[in-house]
Amino acid sequence: MSNPVTATNGAAFTGIATVKDAGLQGMITLRGDLASKTLQAAVKAATGAEVPGQRKVSLAEGGAAAWMSPDELLLLVPYEEAVAKTAELAEALKGEHALAANVSDARSFFSITGEGAREVLAKIAPVDLSPESFAPGDFRRSRTAQVAAAFWLQEDGSFRVVCFRSVGVYMFNLLSNAAHPQSAVGAY
Amino acid sequence: MSTRLAKQGRLIDRSKQIDFTFNGKRMQGYAGDSLASALLANDQMMMGRSFKYHRPRGVVAAGSEEPNALMQLGSGDRYEPNQRATTTELFSGLTAKSQNHWPSLEFDVMAINNKLSRFLTAGFYYKMFIHPRPLWKHLYEPIIRKSAGLGEAPDNELKDPDTYEHFYFFADVVVVGGGVAGLQSAKAAALSGAKVLVLEQNNHWGGRAPVDGGTIDGDAPEVWIEKTLDALRGMKNVTLRDRCMASGVYDHGYVLGYERLTDHAPGQGGPRHRLWRIRTKQIVTATGAIERPLSFAGNDVPGVMLAASMRDYVVNWGVTPGQKVVVATNNDDAYRTALCLHEAGVEVVRVVDARDTGGGALMEAVREKGIRVELGRAIARVKDGPRVTKVAICAQNGEGGAQEEIDADAVAMSGGWSPVVHLWSHCGGKLNWDKENAFFRPDPARPPLGDNGEGFVIATGSANGNLGLGAVLEDAAVAGAKAAECAGFPAKAVAAAKGESMTEAAMEPVWLMPAKADIKLRMKTWLDYQNDVKVSDVQLAAREGYESVEHTKRYTTLGMATDQGKLSNINGLAILADSLNSEIPQVGTTTFRPPYHPISMGAIGGEARGEIFQPVRKTPIYDWNDANGADWEPVGQWRRPFAYTRSGESRHDAVNREVKNTRENLGLLDASTLGKLIVKGPDAGKFLDMMYTNMMSTLKVGKCRYGLMCSENGFLSDDGVVARIDEDTWLCHTTTGGADSIHAHMEEWLQTEWWDWKVYVANVTEQYAQVAVVGPKARKVLEKLNAQAGGGMDLSKDALPFMEWRDGQIGGFEARAYRISFSGELSYEIAVAASEGQAFWDALMEAGKEFNVMPYGTETLHILRAEKGFIMIGDETDGTVIPQDLNLQWALSKKKEDYLGKRAHLRSHMADPDRWKLVGLETVDGSVLPDGAYAKGNGINANGQQNVIGRVTSTYYSATLGRGIAMGLVKHGPKRMGEVIEFPGTDGKIFKAKIVDPVFYDKEGEKQNV
Repeated sequence: MSNPVTATNGAAFTGIATVKDAGLQGMITLRGDLASKTLQAAVKAATGAEVPGQRKVSLAEGGAAAWMSPDELLLLVPYEEAVAKTAELAEALKGEHALAANVSDARSFFSITGEGAREVLAKIAPVDLSPESFAPGDFRRSRTAQVAAAFWLQEDGSFRVVCFRSVGVYMFNLLSNAAHPQSAVGAY
Repeated sequence: MSTRLAKQGRLIDRSKQIDFTFNGKRMQGYAGDSLASALLANDQMMMGRSFKYHRPRGVVAAGSEEPNALMQLGSGDRYEPNQRATTTELFSGLTAKSQNHWPSLEFDVMAINNKLSRFLTAGFYYKMFIHPRPLWKHLYEPIIRKSAGLGEAPDNELKDPDTYEHFYFFADVVVVGGGVAGLQSAKAAALSGAKVLVLEQNNHWGGRAPVDGGTIDGDAPEVWIEKTLDALRGMKNVTLRDRCMASGVYDHGYVLGYERLTDHAPGQGGPRHRLWRIRTKQIVTATGAIERPLSFAGNDVPGVMLAASMRDYVVNWGVTPGQKVVVATNNDDAYRTALCLHEAGVEVVRVVDARDTGGGALMEAVREKGIRVELGRAIARVKDGPRVTKVAICAQNGEGGAQEEIDADAVAMSGGWSPVVHLWSHCGGKLNWDKENAFFRPDPARPPLGDNGEGFVIATGSANGNLGLGAVLEDAAVAGAKAAECAGFPAKAVAAAKGESMTEAAMEPVWLMPAKADIKLRMKTWLDYQNDVKVSDVQLAAREGYESVEHTKRYTTLGMATDQGKLSNINGLAILADSLNSEIPQVGTTTFRPPYHPISMGAIGGEARGEIFQPVRKTPIYDWNDANGADWEPVGQWRRPFAYTRSGESRHDAVNREVKNTRENLGLLDASTLGKLIVKGPDAGKFLDMMYTNMMSTLKVGKCRYGLMCSENGFLSDDGVVARIDEDTWLCHTTTGGADSIHAHMEEWLQTEWWDWKVYVANVTEQYAQVAVVGPKARKVLEKLNAQAGGGMDLSKDALPFMEWRDGQIGGFEARAYRISFSGELSYEIAVAASEGQAFWDALMEAGKEFNVMPYGTETLHILRAEKGFIMIGDETDGTVIPQDLNLQWALSKKKEDYLGKRAHLRSHMADPDRWKLVGLETVDGSVLPDGAYAKGNGINANGQQNVIGRVTSTYYSATLGRGIAMGLVKHGPKRMGEVIEFPGTDGKIFKAKIVDPVFYDKEGEKQNV
């Protein structure tokens, strides 16, 4: 019916890195037995990605699966397909104890690109973001300043950050502040 | 006079002159100066007044240990008090003011305290001002605050315009200190492959070595320092940070680094300070040593300085504090100062060495220059005044008689050295007393222990009690290699650089000069400059029975100032030990706590300021609410409209309008903040039966049920409507504040107690924008939306009865509609995707125009529910209220064997018939009861207080009824219907209220069920 909108409406800021509202992103919370073959197959079918290892994200064409806890994944799918994919997952996991919930609209989604991207995150997340410790495919469910967040590193060296929609504006301001053009740390 | 020398000054750039002001006077310095060195170069020896006696004070040291030269820097919103001149780098336009004096630095009225010093002894405040008590607050405290203290507090109306940030960093080895020991350690650790971070508090590397001389690998120390820095900079696994002080060591290898980015270059932009939050496996503390003052009368007169610091001023900044200098010492190191001054062309009028036997090669070198050296001699006193003019010399081993007075304008003193053991000690590293050198040094056998029971801090260099370049460098190489090994890297012996310095004769502890100084001298002999504590104060404390060093510290305030006693602690406890006829190690030290040196509040706060001071949680309709008169109310981190005020309308009027309109027409409530938890699994029903007091497993798919939650102690913790979604899925609504806590509560029970139950919980609160469509015309507006969209879900009474829910389309939006009512009106709560929430709200507002739609806020929500007698978690409950208190027995399942709170409800106190119970309250005169007011009972209790028999839990003006309504908990309340009880207000008025049924409006519940 209407045009769905994000909490920050395409906002962008450039300093030591570029922070951008990454738009609407289909996201599904999947809880279940990550070792189950049925679940693994359902994840693959929904996202094209394998079930990731601990603190990893497995990226595929048009989808991804990220490790949130020993029994929880965050699945990324195109926004328009999230409702249908959630139903498909539920159907595929019918015989198992599992829960699939569409959380696409519960989230805000940002990208951080550019040279200072690691430092931007390292100012607000208690995570070792040095290149030797945080490589493409690494994923953390952690904290950025005062709010919960999850983030990972893409193959191209850019980060993706997920947080709750209600704090999307806070997150954008937080990331932009950390990307202040005169705040490069030079630690990596 | 103190002045700039023609030569020397390795840190200053004489081609770059810098203008600054001190107390409004224009002065000049050079790039590379500290504020202290620049002031000295301008012959500004006196830099402040002391804390208690307002004595003139000058700079004593050259680094972060400085107790006296505290300044008020900047002005307006960048004004900061208590900044050390010694750690402030000079910049163009710097404005500094001295503090703690009135009307001026040169003439201070409060210096009268100096004359009264025999009355202002240790514990003076405790003894003097305890009686009469009321005078403390109104007379004594204001006067004492004016006379004692440091800089003026900044204007509380001004905001610091600077920004700050944090930075998380991880290393294998953190080396604290960039002197030669730190650099040698860093190199050794880095060669093993460890990731090394080196923190140096100053803007220059190498520590004291370039000033103290000697050779490293045959060259001057500077050569080796540059070479080593180059090597470290070339290593990928090494990070060097200067202007970055390690302020504290904490458990689990946590270190805080305080980086000062723009203090020396204001206007540069970017954050001012950066707080490094570091995790490391091993910490090497190469923090050096601090020289101790000597305790003689007048040792606080401006011009009396630490000997090594005086050397720093000469070598680093080309400044001499005086033209005729007396050197007093108990060790050989001070002779270096004599040599340094002599070489700079400054006259050293006398070296007074307290040791009968004197020193070694260094003393001989001084004598060879023709400088007069006297052994077994002491300074009896330095004449009081704004700077040193005369120094009286006497025998060390005496009471201070037979003085010889000599002219001098500066005194360099050295009472020996104390290793900087602060960071070693922060997490419990233990110390040994080194008798030979008279200092505490780290005991390597008792380091602070990490989670694996192994030490995680290694002290090295002079911080480890090593004196002499050779020993320092050897120790540092071993420490660095060991740190890397302990951090899990292969052991690798690294050859230390070879350091050579002149051998020194043994020092001799001198805690008082002269050794048997009489009381007149002791009362002018300072231990703690910043807090004005004298030898006589500590001795008095000992006589009054203070034996513990910790108690003595607090009684005398020794070591409690902003320098945390860096200079005074050892001297003070030596005096205490002597007074108690005890040994220094038996008396022990006070506790070393972070920060090593004060750090800014801004750095601690980091980025949290302005719009990101705290996250504000916003619903999808936040912006619309904000643009349409929302009078915001914080609800946890959410902001919710209390009411939507129109122009010219008071809050109260707005609320009354919203209440009436919702009862008569149509109201919309942004209910998106309500918690929504999906609970799913084969055991979900069983689980919810435990979580809620009533039965949820029997709820039919498509239906809703109101549920109560109790803690295991039986107290009400949350409530909300639960919907059965499918065979093994429920959706639980929580209160706004309960969304996260109830989610965590459920997870805790599932993870810790019922880990074998097959239940998953997901918090989907933010997936939905939820709008309560409330009022007699609620159905009409929704049906209109459906009609406009050409169809949608059937919202009729039969298709969607009260307390049921349906999925479908409303106005073309994918929606879930709940027929639930917290207002007593016909009401639908509609959940749509959060991303479409604003669009859905807009559609409702547009379609609702013909029905006179108005949004309403939380106050109207409260009033509507109170008119219906519905309880609110947090109003009727406060953590001590159980369902029975609220007459909610109907929601306590008798069929269930167990649920959280059931057993607690059986306790005698919970089953007590005297518990206060919920009733409605109607004031006799229709006025509004004050919230929280207590109902008067008979008589008084054991404490002489009025007995009370109840309290108001919710109270409002009901626009619907045109009078005040309230709910309250009253003893035997439900049995006392019709009785009038009294509620004294805080303003003397007594409110009379009749006990009534809490349902004030539509008692039969017909309006919601249409």
